[in-house]
Amino acid sequence: MSEILRVEHLKKIFPDRDRGDLLAVNDVSFTLKAGEKLAIIGESGSGKTTVARLVTRLLETSSGRIYLDGEDIAHAKGTKLKEAYKKMQMVFQSPIESFDPRLTLGDGIMESLLNHGLEKEAALAECQKLLSLCGLSREFAHRYPHEVSGGQCQRAAIARALAIEPRLLILDEATSALDVTVQADILELLQHIQKERNMAYLFICHDIALVQDFCDRVIVMHKGRIVETGTPDEVIQSPKEAYTKKLIDSVL
Amino acid sequence: MAELISYEQVDISYKGQRIVHNISFSLHEGEIMGIVGESGSGKSSLLRAALNMLGRDGLVTRGDIYYKGLDLPDLSPAEMQKICGSEIGMIFQHAGGSFCPIRRVGDQLQEILEAHGSPDQQENEQLACELLTRFGFDNPKRIIESYPFELSGGMQQRVAVVAAMLLRPKLLLADEPTSALDVTVQKQVIEEMLLAREIFGTAIILVTHNMGVVQAMADKMLVMHQGETVEQGLTASIMKAPSSPYTKRLLSAMPKLRR
Ligand SMILES: Nc1ncnc2c1ncn2[C@@H]1O[C@H](COP(=O)(O)OP(=O)(O)OP(=O)(O)O)[C@@H](O)[C@H]1O
Ligand SMILES: Nc1ncnc2c1ncn2[C@@H]1O[C@H](COP(=O)(O)OP(=O)(O)OP(=O)(O)O)[C@@H](O)[C@H]1O
Ligand SMILES: [Mg+2]
Ligand SMILES: [Mg+2]
Repeated sequence: MSEILRVEHLKKIFPDRDRGDLLAVNDVSFTLKAGEKLAIIGESGSGKTTVARLVTRLLETSSGRIYLDGEDIAHAKGTKLKEAYKKMQMVFQSPIESFDPRLTLGDGIMESLLNHGLEKEAALAECQKLLSLCGLSREFAHRYPHEVSGGQCQRAAIARALAIEPRLLILDEATSALDVTVQADILELLQHIQKERNMAYLFICHDIALVQDFCDRVIVMHKGRIVETGTPDEVIQSPKEAYTKKLIDSVL
Repeated sequence: MAELISYEQVDISYKGQRIVHNISFSLHEGEIMGIVGESGSGKSSLLRAALNMLGRDGLVTRGDIYYKGLDLPDLSPAEMQKICGSEIGMIFQHAGGSFCPIRRVGDQLQEILEAHGSPDQQENEQLACELLTRFGFDNPKRIIESYPFELSGGMQQRVAVVAAMLLRPKLLLADEPTSALDVTVQKQVIEEMLLAREIFGTAIILVTHNMGVVQAMADKMLVMHQGETVEQGLTASIMKAPSSPYTKRLLSAMPKLRR
């Protein structure tokens, strides 16, 4: 199987003269194969979102390499970055912040489709199809982000990320605002797409039981570092690190 | 004992369209109720209705919400402001949205305390730091000096919980207060909320998708589907023997850890 993402010795320092620099991501390396589902779990503030934002180039990397489909994108800009976003999309931890408050959800989703060269009518049809796949009626295309519930906004964000058929989808707590039945539907959808298009997922999630059900491999982060990695069953049933043990023991 | 808050046959609409229908429940001092249910079924709207925060398009179209005998939807903005924060604390589902983005966390916590009659800045800072520590921050000074965007999702959520609990409200409206937390920190936050009930008699309405959290915290629960109550009662009995098919589905769809 081919490799879609390779991250080598990734580091992120948030400089701070008054309080001292913060090493948020410290020497993180991992790979993700096409069609693979890799989870990142770990403590609040351990650097999971920062890793996702480095990979998607929303933050500048302090040092390290990021290869997307074989190409080094650690410092990609302009056209090269645009090309990268055709292959990789992200669903953010706070979906409401990722939608422009002045645009309807439909316009937000269609933006990328139109950029992709679709005609307006075809884009609207595609957008409504995506919404309905995510359990939202066509009417939601005309709503503004503040006019929907937390979980509805989250589903719209997933619909938008799927729109351009990326090969890698980064999901940052992307199902945390969904009730378990809707969550199960969304995961089934993602599972289906993964099989159909060999899509890869980087799945940041606090729900360890969900990770066990959904993912092939899991990375445990603590204070900016990867402390443990393995299959979900390995990590959950025989954790090696003290932090991982504590994590598993705290599951309600 | 008198009821602290009671919802009586409440309907809520947005732009004339009814999304919540005929919801009734009540809470005594120190009681914790969990609200679970479908995404979009009106849970957040129920909480926002108590504080007149349904926005321009939203309205309680029927029923009453009484807090210590006051009908909340009828209060003037000035009367509401007096209650909001000190009597009733709110933790919003989108924690990041409850902060001013351009001011430091510490200043915002100061302001809450000052607005409710605590002028001593040093004392306020000490109180804020103490509470932040209890909610899992080992370096509260750093948090106080941070801007909201410098905090992770789960850190923002915990600061929002601290902000709501700072004034020791009688009633806490908590909308998904632990959804962005890893399980170790979640455990700590649950313990602190239970402690507040123990010490100050805080009553809590807890909206969550996490059945484990409901089980760990809530004395009773209410299950919502499409804007209506499908089941309500003691947590232990509903978890053991749910009567509505929707609750059954909810409980069986819950991912369970295979240890
Ligand atoms: N823009 C920023 N400026 C300064 N510090 C930041 C910034 N973004 C994140 N941090 C810090 O980096 C660390 C890692 O944050 P990150 O958001 O990656 O954590 P996380 O693992 O996603 O946590 P959570 O599970 O709570 O979402 C935290 O200490 C946070 O305060
Ligand atoms: N300003 C608004 N205008 C129109 N409809 C709205 C508005 N705000 C919310 N709604 C609708 O009201 C319904 C209830 O929303 P609410 O946010 O209360 O749901 P919820 O139960 O909290 O859902 P979630 O679990 O996804 O957070 C939803 O269908 C939503 O689309
Ligand atoms: Mg995060
Ligand atoms: Mg909600």
